Amino acid sequence: MDSLQTYLFISAILFSLGLYGVITRRNGIAVLMGIELILNSANINFIAFARFGGMNLSGQVFALFVIIMAAAEAAVALAIIINIFNNLQTVNIDEAQQLKL
Amino acid sequence: MPDFAFGLIVAITLGSAFMVVQGKQLLYSAIALLFTFFGVAGLYIFMWADFMAAVQIVIYIGGILVLLIFGIMLTNKITSVNISHTSLQRGAGVLVALSVLSFLVVMIGRTPWLEKTALEPAQTVDGIGTLLMMKYLLPFEVASLLLLGALIGAAMLSRNVD
Repeated sequence: MDSLQTYLFISAILFSLGLYGVITRRNGIAVLMGIELILNSANINFIAFARFGGMNLSGQVFALFVIIMAAAEAAVALAIIINIFNNLQTVNIDEAQQLKL
Repeated sequence: MPDFAFGLIVAITLGSAFMVVQGKQLLYSAIALLFTFFGVAGLYIFMWADFMAAVQIVIYIGGILVLLIFGIMLTNKITSVNISHTSLQRGAGVLVALSVLSFLVVMIGRTPWLEKTALEPAQTVDGIGTLLMMKYLLPFEVASLLLLGALIGAAMLSRNVD
């Protein structure tokens, strides 16, 4: 458990699961959940390199910035999804093909 | 004992992440995401990042997950049966995800990683605070601007114009 590779493997599996979710899900919010999984896997990598790669606390500060960015992204994406729902009465992203009604 | 706890946390993280992308009900996916975030926070603690684990729990579970559940509640009428969500192109999704995973696993396994283990820091909070205020002051300020922009943008996008 105390090696860099273990954490990189965990984060690779998490990344693939998130990618699978983004590809297969059609509900906009579920796609957003897949993106959150991908961002979490990136954060695991940052902190694993902080711990094992000699980056010390800088890696943790970068992970902090990634979390800040994820929060901003989730807020804006949910506002867009709610807007799509108000206009089209659906959150199926395959049906939201037009930029303008 | 630490090995057992580590295995348990990894199993919780990956198992609930699988349920997030595979579950039939959108709300169940959101609840599974809660356990994934908790598991990732546990992994952070195993990597000596206790402050990051606290931030993960406060921001991801207290902020983003609540926001997602609000989104689910707002975009589905409670009476409608259509709260479940379908998945399309499962075959293509499995193919792409597995090929990316195998590429990553081979890459991680083959790369000669330069391992330089640091000493266990006595405290991470004051180190992170010092770095944020000294070395990473500009990204810190830019992040605050980004959050302000996201706040205004989300409020503008989701308000009712009529």
